[in-house]
Formats: sequence, structure tokens, C-alpha cells
Amino acid sequence: MVTNPLTRNIDFSRQPLDLAAYEKSGGYLGLHAIARGLEPADVLDRVKESGLKGRGGAGFPTGLKWSFVPMGEGAPQQKYFVVNADEMEPGTFKDRLLMEGDPHLLIDGMIIASYAIQASKAYIFLRGEYTDSERILRKALAEAYERGYLGKNILDTGFDLDIIMHTSAGRYICGEETALLNALEGKRANPRAKPPFPQVSGLWGKPTIVNNVETICNLPGILAWGIDWYRSLTKGNDHGTKLFGISGKARTPGCWELPLGTPIRELLEVYGGGMRDGLQLKGFLPGGGSTDFMLPEHLDLNLDYDDIAGAGSRLATGTLILLDDKTCPVGMIGNLMTFFSHESCGYCTPCRDGLPWVDEIFREFERGNGTHKDLAILEEHVDYMGPGKTFCALAPGATAPLGSGLRYFREDFERHITEQRCPYKH
Amino acid sequence: MTDNAKVQITIDGVTYEVNAGSNLLQECLSLGLDLPYFCWHPCMGSVGACRQCAVKQYRNEEDSAGIMTMACMTPVQPGARISIEDPQAKAFRAGVIESLMISHPHDCPVCEEGGECHLQDMTLMSGHNYRRYDKKKVTHRNQYLGPLINHEMNRCITCYRCVRFYNEYAGGEDLSAQASHHFTYFGRHREGTLESEFSGNLVEVCPTGVFTDKVFSENYTRKWDLQTAPSVCAGCGVGCNIAPGERYGELRRVVNRYHDELNGYFICDRGRFGTGYVNDAERLKTPLDGAGNELDADAAGQQLREIAGSAGGTIGSARGTIGIGSPRAGNEANFALRKLVGEENFHAGYSDAEHACMQLITEAAGDPRFHNPSIREIEQADAVLVLGEDVTNTAPRIALALRQSVRNKALELADGANIPRWQDAAVRELAQQERSPLCILSSGATRLDDVASDRVIDTPSALARNAFELAHQIDSDAPSAGGHTDALARIADQLLAASRPLIVAGASSGNVDLIRSAVNIAGALRKRRGNGASAPVDLCLLTAEVNSMGLHLMTRPENSLGAALRKLSAGEAANVIVLENDLYRRAPHAQVDGALAAAKASVALDLLPNRTTAKADLVLPVTAFSEQQTSYVNYEGRAQLAYQVHRNHSAARPAWQWTGDFEHFRQALLECADSIPVFAKLRDVLPDTSNLPGGIKVPRQSERYSGRTAMKANLNVHEPKQAQDPESALAFSMEGVPPRRDATILASTWAPQWNSNQSISKFQDEINGPLRQGHGGTLLLEKRTESGGFYPPPVNGDGAGLELLPAHQIFGSEELSSRSEAIRKRMTGAFVAIAPADAGKHGLKQGQGVRLSVAGDAGSVSVTALTCIRTQTSPGAVALHVSDRGIDFHGLGARVELAPVEAPEGRGLGELIVSDLAREQGDV
Repeated sequence: MVTNPLTRNIDFSRQPLDLAAYEKSGGYLGLHAIARGLEPADVLDRVKESGLKGRGGAGFPTGLKWSFVPMGEGAPQQKYFVVNADEMEPGTFKDRLLMEGDPHLLIDGMIIASYAIQASKAYIFLRGEYTDSERILRKALAEAYERGYLGKNILDTGFDLDIIMHTSAGRYICGEETALLNALEGKRANPRAKPPFPQVSGLWGKPTIVNNVETICNLPGILAWGIDWYRSLTKGNDHGTKLFGISGKARTPGCWELPLGTPIRELLEVYGGGMRDGLQLKGFLPGGGSTDFMLPEHLDLNLDYDDIAGAGSRLATGTLILLDDKTCPVGMIGNLMTFFSHESCGYCTPCRDGLPWVDEIFREFERGNGTHKDLAILEEHVDYMGPGKTFCALAPGATAPLGSGLRYFREDFERHITEQRCPYKH
Repeated sequence: MTDNAKVQITIDGVTYEVNAGSNLLQECLSLGLDLPYFCWHPCMGSVGACRQCAVKQYRNEEDSAGIMTMACMTPVQPGARISIEDPQAKAFRAGVIESLMISHPHDCPVCEEGGECHLQDMTLMSGHNYRRYDKKKVTHRNQYLGPLINHEMNRCITCYRCVRFYNEYAGGEDLSAQASHHFTYFGRHREGTLESEFSGNLVEVCPTGVFTDKVFSENYTRKWDLQTAPSVCAGCGVGCNIAPGERYGELRRVVNRYHDELNGYFICDRGRFGTGYVNDAERLKTPLDGAGNELDADAAGQQLREIAGSAGGTIGSARGTIGIGSPRAGNEANFALRKLVGEENFHAGYSDAEHACMQLITEAAGDPRFHNPSIREIEQADAVLVLGEDVTNTAPRIALALRQSVRNKALELADGANIPRWQDAAVRELAQQERSPLCILSSGATRLDDVASDRVIDTPSALARNAFELAHQIDSDAPSAGGHTDALARIADQLLAASRPLIVAGASSGNVDLIRSAVNIAGALRKRRGNGASAPVDLCLLTAEVNSMGLHLMTRPENSLGAALRKLSAGEAANVIVLENDLYRRAPHAQVDGALAAAKASVALDLLPNRTTAKADLVLPVTAFSEQQTSYVNYEGRAQLAYQVHRNHSAARPAWQWTGDFEHFRQALLECADSIPVFAKLRDVLPDTSNLPGGIKVPRQSERYSGRTAMKANLNVHEPKQAQDPESALAFSMEGVPPRRDATILASTWAPQWNSNQSISKFQDEINGPLRQGHGGTLLLEKRTESGGFYPPPVNGDGAGLELLPAHQIFGSEELSSRSEAIRKRMTGAFVAIAPADAGKHGLKQGQGVRLSVAGDAGSVSVTALTCIRTQTSPGAVALHVSDRGIDFHGLGARVELAPVEAPEGRGLGELIVSDLAREQGDV
């Protein structure tokens, strides 16, 4: 039985599987099931039943997201399916692994998803810097067109699908699905107001689903081996496997496919090889740069959406960024603030003008000019840029490491002020 | 949405009735509550960018925590409970202001916006006082944006209003949001003149001083120091409401004055920047005799009366004196002249071609089948046909309205998708390029082509035949002109399918066939829609000048300008009195020369010297639009009163004072209303003074008007007695009943805490609704009982040469505004638009000189202009820019021949902004 449906074909010692080899390994089974008469509604039901949640960060149930797309006679003729492959979350490199390692898995999943919502056009919105992914995916797309798995009347189903590769000009905000749609339309990558949601009015004003690469890569397995198999993969409450990563000063940083519900300690110690010699874990961001810090005391929690949320953070992309005891937490958070401040799209006030101020204050702390007055301003900004106050989730995401960092590493901030220097610098 | 349902919501414990389907910000403002905002605009809707209008919303009575929500983005729900005063909401709003002010230069003392700055007002309202940000500010480089608009990006608070207005509302393409995060920049791709004809509205749309009025800032005064009165723009026949401001005897600036049925919140750049002629040093200040000698005012008046009377009889029966009225003068001036010379001797002051068009337009105005729509109604049209009128250049504000009409498709889609219409960005994202039909039949490119669904480009005569055929396609009773095409069939279907179709044509083309065909099309639509209960069809027939309609309504149909000139030349009339008119713009130069030479005596009343005043035996100086009170009648037949803003200290007088025997303005207006039946309702434009007991007036000056006791201290340290205004309900002073206290006259809008033009919401019961004071204008024209029929199509009139039509330019084609310095900076030299093929045939190159002469009679009249090769110009036709004062447009006749010559000296084509100028070799 397959236990690693996402990475089973990935072997970087060779070229990724071509279409024939991928198919031989059990790929495109979903497409063939469709050709044998599987209805879009059946696909939707299976995805709903599988309990698959979005792997891009928000963890929204995929089947539920799809179910908002208008279907049937009265629905708009044109719908779109969009892959969010604009992987720019700090510390996150899981989608790249999938696209470079097994491109047909993504295409396989895209066909299934597009069929489920009856979208005849799908886009891959790819991070511009992922040039290897682009090359590998383009080759795979050409194979799929040649084999008749893409194009008009695929396998005589009457279903048409074109996949268009779009390489992004590169902004973090393009990972926000509505900003992504604006960018795809050639407009400024500002997010859109929700409602209306993209499922109703998305790309070019038509019903659109935007899913993360990893989410889509779950689909071929669900259709090939069934719900029961999928639900048996997990060790915890959420179903399936997930790519988990470690960056920071672990012995063997990397990215692995593990069942959801795997203990964090296992990820760090078994796969990451523990901390490097002489370093202690001081804290970690569990799911990329826009999640709240967790502490060593949380290591025995499981990598599960609810467990992590229970500790006040988010599983999000599932890629841990480690903070060790020899690295300045103020410097680490400041680095993130520089990133988020630079990546603000400039649309709403708290994010556009709040983050640069926060960033400036961190620079002053680094220079040894930190003050209690500035510390109070940082604390105010955690609330000021919090959820509900900004136009999208970028600034609230930035306040996650900021707010939790101020809470957990207060002493480090205080030392910067009292010693008028960064105590971690020698 | 036509949803007028009311629901109850609770704001800070008080229950209010508000409009269902609206958003919380709009309803709070309608209720008169002070909730600060930036990115929301009453007619551009909500986008949720600035986060300034945050309020607390509670689930129910028990919920005391609530959640923060942006009022502008939150639909009104029945029973909603919100708080503006909640401490957390207040703190957040103060935080937003603090953020916005981080890089703001705090240069209010030297900023043109100071004193009428929405950012100042909102900062105070939000309670942000002390600066905590002590880091480096972001600074920007400013751009040269042309002669009309200043750019000071460092003041920007990034509300995105400018690009939303300029690009999305007005269709401009050369202003954009650039860069991102806190470096976001609003400007052009490179320095240069802003192309949009509505760029001046940026001054009012920008909540702070990024975009300011360059003309005003060169001669600047604070808003509170301007003497202001409600006025009407004299730039074209639309009659937009404006508020001109004066100080030290100079007209300093013009801003929009809200009118819910007409201009709303926006005016065009001709209206805003085209009044500089009022301050012109060349203004006529004293009466002059034929030799240019100054005359005493009383003597001049006496001389006028003698001339009028010399041809036999007393005033009112001066049979031998012709009066030529003016479409740029008010009703009272025209009426006074008509009374002086007698109705039978009073002639129209526009070209004969325009006269014929005006005849048809007034005919249609009385036809019960049709309705001449207001701007607000034009915006509601869901299928539009424009016939031969270059609306952006002849009635710019209407073009802006037509641009909104194509959005009705988007609004309809939004209704279907349950997206509120005020969710501006969401509606645009949903609709994308989906537009209601806008079909344009023209002889060249227009500035509305980018939103047009169908364009038919042909010569004027072919267009008319096309349009007659279109009427026949709609209803077979309308006579056919042959030449059926798919495009015509498609346009016919679209007009028939529409729930509110609109036909637009106008007098500026001087083409009666086009107006007749417009009437046929609207008549055919009316017939197909059924005469029963259905509403009349919108037929918008545009008049060229501010009072073309008023003049026409008091002129006998046969009393054309040509007839007047013929009578003078033939000696049938001895004298002529020309009211505010340069006849050389209106008729062939030879005819004018002949008539003036034959006249025993000629009198010209005008404000600036021109070729007609140069030939007059007596020149009488008159006041400009802002120096007098007068009424005008716009294209709809809407009479409006323009109040006097400031006094003219020279011997210039309102023309009715020179020619009439009225003691007061009111008397002139009432006599006009009493003696001409169609003007009966003119009396309604006079303000209701019942709120002004005991002779109290409405001040033209603000409470803060400064320097009253000091301005003339160099002459006399005693405070001078305030000037009296016996003519109107306004006073030249600071004292009186402020308009916000239910007076009927609103000039400068101001309310406590609201110093900017955004304070207009304090004068509306409902956002975008009528002013609480009303608008004062009145529709004069009554419908007849019987309907007209269909006009027969024109007979083919082919001939040698190319068909000649007028090319109008927003900057230059109007006589007075073209004498304003700001407008002159945007003007081109006289040019001839010609198709590449015709240019090739005549050996003409882009920018080269071209000589136009009468087809078949090259020796008579000729005109020299610049060649302007435009790819969209119809082969077989040329459009001659009519603004240049030396051009004998009417002398050329209907068809011309061309020959290359050396380019005339002058401005060149540099400022010409068109989409289809041939640049590449391949285009020509």
C-alpha cells in the first residue's frame, strides 16, 4: 500500500518520470476513471469525503471550497482553475519539491480538479524564480498535450482543458489568491475584497478555484486508491500525508512527506537530526514566516491543524523555521519584518504604513538605539495590524511572529534596550 | 439598485431608519454623523483601502465585545448594531491617521489645499495630535503634469482615489499607481501633460494637496478668503453648476458646485480652467467710439439710444435697427436687446447651419415622444447611439456621463451576482470588459471610442443616410435611405432590446440631416416600444453654447443671422446692434464685412475686443459671467440662475443695463418671463427669499474672510462701508444667513469640522441626493399635445472635393475660454484632420501646411491650416478645427479642395491629444 503518495516518484538522482513512466507507476488513474464515466459531482463527493484541507496555509477544506462553484445548466460557461505555485512564504520549499520531482502528479491533479468544477482553462501561477520548475513542468505539459490528456475532448469525454503556464513577476502578495488573480489579469497585484469570493467572481470575473500545488497533488491518490486508503494515512485528526520541512540550524534540514499527526519532536529529531552541536532550540515557527512562535515545550504536540492551533499558532505550510539559543530573536523577527514590509502591496493603510515603522524600530534595536517607547509602539502595532483591521491576511500574518516574539522573547528585547546593543553580537 | 426599502439600525444606542442595500458609511454620512473616511467617494463607491471608517459592529444586544469592521465595506443589515464612539474603534481610527501622517510633509501653511483639506479635517476628527514617528520619511520626486495641475507626491496618503477617478471613472490612461508598499506612487509613466479632459477633478478628488490647481496656485488665495457665489459654467450648452471664487477683483478659480441632476461632483477642464479671460488686461473698460476714443458712459448710453431710435420711432419700435443676439449672453441681455429693437428685428447670433439645427432641436423638445435627459438620466441609459457629435469636445461633461452609462451592464451583472453596486472594485472585477452598448456614428475618432461597442466612420452625408436607414431598420414606417449593413442591424437590435435607450446628436456639427435622422431613430424606437404607457424615448440634442437655447427661444424662426446680414447689406435696415458676439466666427467673412460696411451705424457690446468690435462705430463694455447676475437655458431647456460673484469697477455693465430700461435685474427677468410665453417659468429660477426676512441676505464671504478692515488701509484706515447688492439675495459681505441654515443658495460648501468640498454631504439628506436647498433651476419647455412624424431622408448631394465639417476641441473651440491663458497653453494651431489616403492623394505630410479653398471656386475664400493625418478620419471628408479666430470656416461652404503650402506659424499640433494620429510611415 502506498504510504507516500506525494513523493513516491521523487528521486533527484534521476530525471523526473516522464508521462509513460508516471502512468506506469499508477498515474492518471483518475483521468481514466473520468473517461469511464465518473461525474464531476462524484469527484467533488470523494474530495469532500477525503477530508482534504488546503495545504497553502489556511487549511480550508478543499471539497467545501469547490462546492461554492456554480454548477449545472445556469452556471457560467467559462470557469477557471488556478494553481497557486507562487511559493514565497519564508522557510517554505515544499511545492518546489513536488514540481521539480514529479511534474505529472500536479498535472494529473489539475485535470481532476478542473473536471470537477468544469473549468476548461487552468493556469499554473508559478513563482518566477522557480526556473527549474518551469522547465520541467513545460516539458510535462507538452507530453500531456501530445498524449491527449490535455486539449480538446480529452479521451472522448467531451471535456476540454488547456493549461497555461504563467511565471510571476514576483511579489509575495501574489500568493494571496485574489491578488494572484489580479496579477494574472495583468493588473496590480492588490488583493480583492471578499465577498464576492473567487468561486463566484474570480479570474476575468468568472467562477474560479485557486488551490495550492500540494493540495492538488493529493487528488490523484484520492481518486486512485480511495477514501479509506486516504483516511488511513494519517496519525492524527486530519487526513492524508503532508510535506513537512525544517530550516534553521538543525543537523539535516530538509523536506519530508509524513502522515499528518506526526509529533513535532519526531520531525525535528528523527528527520531533522536534532539541533546542531552546541545549540539549543529556543523556539520555532511551525508553518512559515507568518505563524506564531512555538517553544521547546510544544515539541510533543502533533503536526495537526487543531493541535498547533491549540498552542496559539498555525500549521500553515508545515515548514518549521528553527530559532536556536545563539541566534538573536529580535534579529530574526526584524528580518521577517523587513520582508513583510517590503512585500506589502501598499493598498491598505495599517499594512502599508504600519510595517515599515515596525521594521524601522527593529533596525534601531539592532543598532543599539532601542527604547521602551519604541517597544510600546511595536506592541500597539500587533493589534493595529491584526485580523479584521487590514484588507487581507498579509499584515495579520506578519503580526504572528511579532506578537508571539514580543511575548516569548521579551527579555531579549529588554536586553537590547538596557545594554544598548544586540547581546548576541560579540 | 432601485431598492428603496428602509431598515432600522442602531448606532451608539440610537435607532435610525436607513436604506437597505446600502453600506454603513454612506448611511452614517446621510444621517449627518461624523465618520471619517478617505478612499470612499460618494459616486465612486467603496473599495476598503484606507481603513479610516472603522466602526464596531455587535452581533446582538448582549454582545459587548463586538468586532471591528470597515463601515464602507459593510452592507446595512436590518437590526444591525454599530458604534462609532467605541474607544477601540476611535483608537484604531486615530492609529490610521497616525500611519497616514508618517511621511506627510506637514506643509499645510504652504499647501494650496490648506483650509479645505479633507486630510486636515479627518485628522482633527480622528483625534491624532502628537507625532511619535521619529524615523526617516519617505520622499518622492514630483512630476510636471502640464499647465493645469500641480503634483506634490510627498503629501500623498495613498487612498487610490486619483487613479480610481482618472482611469476607472474618466477613462484616462496616463495616470497610474506605481511601485508598491510605502513607496506607492501616483503619476504618469513619464512627465508630461495629463491627457484627460477631466484632469482638473483630481484637484477635488484628492483628499489632500497632491493634485492642486496650478492656475489657481499661481495666483493663490485661501478658500476662506474667496468671495464666492453660485454660478453656471458658460463653457458649453450643458450648464454645469460651478462656484467661482474672487479676491482683489480677480476671478481666482472655479470649482464644481454639486447638482444632483446635472454635473454631480465633476466638471470638465474647460469649465475649470477656462475663465481666465475675465481677468484679461485687454478687457473693454470704457465705451469707445469708432475711432477708438473713450466715451463717457452716459454719453455712450445716449448714443446707443439715438442709434436705436434714429431709424424711426421710439425704443421698442426701432424698425430700422437690427439686433443680433448672443448664445453666450444671458436671457436678460438678449431680451433687453430684443425689446429695444423689436422682436421682428431681433436675430439669432449663431451660424445659419446651427440656426437650422436649433430649429429642429426645439421642435423635438416639444414633441411628446421624446425626453431630453439630464446627465443623471444619461448615466442610466443602457444602450446609446451617438450621431456625429464629438461629445468630449462639444459637451464634455455629457461624454463623462456616457462613459458611466456603459457601466449599466456591469451593474446589472452585479445585481445578478448579489454584489452590491457600491462594491466598486468587485463590480469591475466581475464585469471586466462587459459593457452596455455605445454606438458611435462619426466622421473620425472620438474620445469615447475605447468604450464603444460599434463605430461607423463615414462622411457626414453618408452618416446621415446610414442613420436614416437605421431608423428604418428599427421601424419600417421610418423612410429607408438604402444601404443596409450588419452593423446597422446590430445597432438597431441593441437599441430595441434596451430598457432605456438614448440617442445623442447636437447642433455643433451644423448638420441638420443628422438631427433629423436622430429624431427618426428616436421616433422609430418610440413607435416600436408602444405609445401607451411607456415613457418617452431619451433624445439628447446638444446645444453648442451656454445660452444657445435661451437665444433660440426668443428668436423668430426666420430671423437667422444670414437674414440679418442680408437685410443690412441690402439697406433694408440701417443700423445694427451686436450683443456679445464676434460675427466673424458665425458667418462667411465677406458677408459680415459687407453688412457692417453697409450699416449706417453699428454698435457692439462685448467684454473683449474682437474683429466685430474693431469695426463698430460704438463699443460698449459689458460684464463677464462672474460679474453679473443672469439666467441661461441649457440643452434640456433648463433655466438656471448664475449669481454675480464679484463687481467690475470699470464702466462695464451687464448688457441689459446698456440696452434696457429696467431698474433692476429682477425686473428684466420677470418681464422676459411675462412677455415670452415659453419663458413663463423663468421666474422660478429666482430664489425663495422667505427664509431671508427683513432683507437679510446670504453672504458671499465666509465667516473667516480676512482683511476686510485692512485691504484698503493704504487708502483709508476707516473700515469702508460694505458694497450693497440691490440685485440679488446675496451680499458682498460676511454677514447674513449662512447657507447651511436652510437658505436656498449654496455657493461655497462648508460645515463645522468639514472644510473641504466633502462637506457637501452635510447639505444632502441622502448621499447623491438633491441638495436640501434644492437646485433652483427650472425646466422651461412644455410638451405639445401632438407628436411629429418622420423626416424624409436627404437627397444625395455628391460633388467635387472633400466634405468639410467642423472639428471641435475642448481647449480652443469656445470663444471666451480660448482667450484664457491656461486654455491657450493646451491649444493647438488650426488644423485639418484628414484620412491617410486623402493626404496621400493631395501630397500632404503630417504637420505640413494645407490650403483649403471652396470646391470649384478656388479664387474666393481660402484658409491655411496644419495637416493632421488621422487614421480614423473618414476618407472623403476633412474636419477643420474651427477655433482659430482667423479661420473663415463658414466661407468655405460644404466642400473644399486642398493644396499643400508652407506650414503657418503658431502653436503646431503638440498639445493635440487624439488616439489615431498617424505616426508611422505605414499609417500614411
